[in-house]
Amino acid sequence: MSVKLTPRQVGDVTVIDAVGRITLGDGASAFRETIRDLAGKGHKKLLLNLAEVSYIDSSGIGEMVSGFTTVTNQGGQVKLLNLTKRVKDLLQITKLYTVFEVFEDEAAAIRSFS
Amino acid sequence: MRRVGAQAEAREGAASISSVDSGGVEIRTIEHSFDSTLDSVDAVEEMVLKEARHMGFDEDDQHKIGISVRECMVNAVVHGNRYNARKKVHVAIVRSPETLEVRVGDEGDFFDMTQLPDPLADENLLRHSGRGLLLMQAFMDEFQVRPRQPGGTEVRLVKHTAKAN
Repeated sequence: MSVKLTPRQVGDVTVIDAVGRITLGDGASAFRETIRDLAGKGHKKLLLNLAEVSYIDSSGIGEMVSGFTTVTNQGGQVKLLNLTKRVKDLLQITKLYTVFEVFEDEAAAIRSFS
Repeated sequence: MRRVGAQAEAREGAASISSVDSGGVEIRTIEHSFDSTLDSVDAVEEMVLKEARHMGFDEDDQHKIGISVRECMVNAVVHGNRYNARKKVHVAIVRSPETLEVRVGDEGDFFDMTQLPDPLADENLLRHSGRGLLLMQAFMDEFQVRPRQPGGTEVRLVKHTAKAN
């Protein structure tokens, strides 16, 4: 199963609910296109909900970093919500915990953008 | 080492050989060559996970083994063979009671991936790629890169069962 990404708007924050695997191939491509599409349409506050993402490989991590860089360079922000233990472990191993702001509560995450 | 199986048996297109080493430990080896495609990445990950489940690795270890094998296969298909349809990825899965070993060899130029830039250095944290090696080293008990004969790169991954540890 690849990844399914469903954006929804909460105020001026775009929450992206992700379900599935973000790996080299369809998953990573879908992720890249969704972030680029949203950034291109002027969405500058992105909250990525990874509660239903069970598996990310290094290509998926690379796409998350690229998305972060793209949006940040345009003056926006990308934050992460509801990481599974496995994804949390990946971010710790790769030191990306120091790059991304991570939240376990959606309301708190939304408030953090303002 | 002597073979206990009468001969190598064909299973799912792979050669499977059972043998016993000098210490009386039974070893099962599966060898197969795969096309340089992303479908092969999925296929090998699933083959290895089937063996890992059979050996009793818990779900957390299965995840670590699966992602390591995936990273290794992606390197062979994408960076080693560069999706070349004429080049194969050579895989060996060696299972003993306490150890799972996976060897993945490509037919590209030898590439010593241990010489890649450190992905944990501050200046590299936002790089798009270069983390596969880090994950393999973090998740497996043993990791080696060596030249493959007659050409290419072979990566060896080993995970020990909880009983062995």
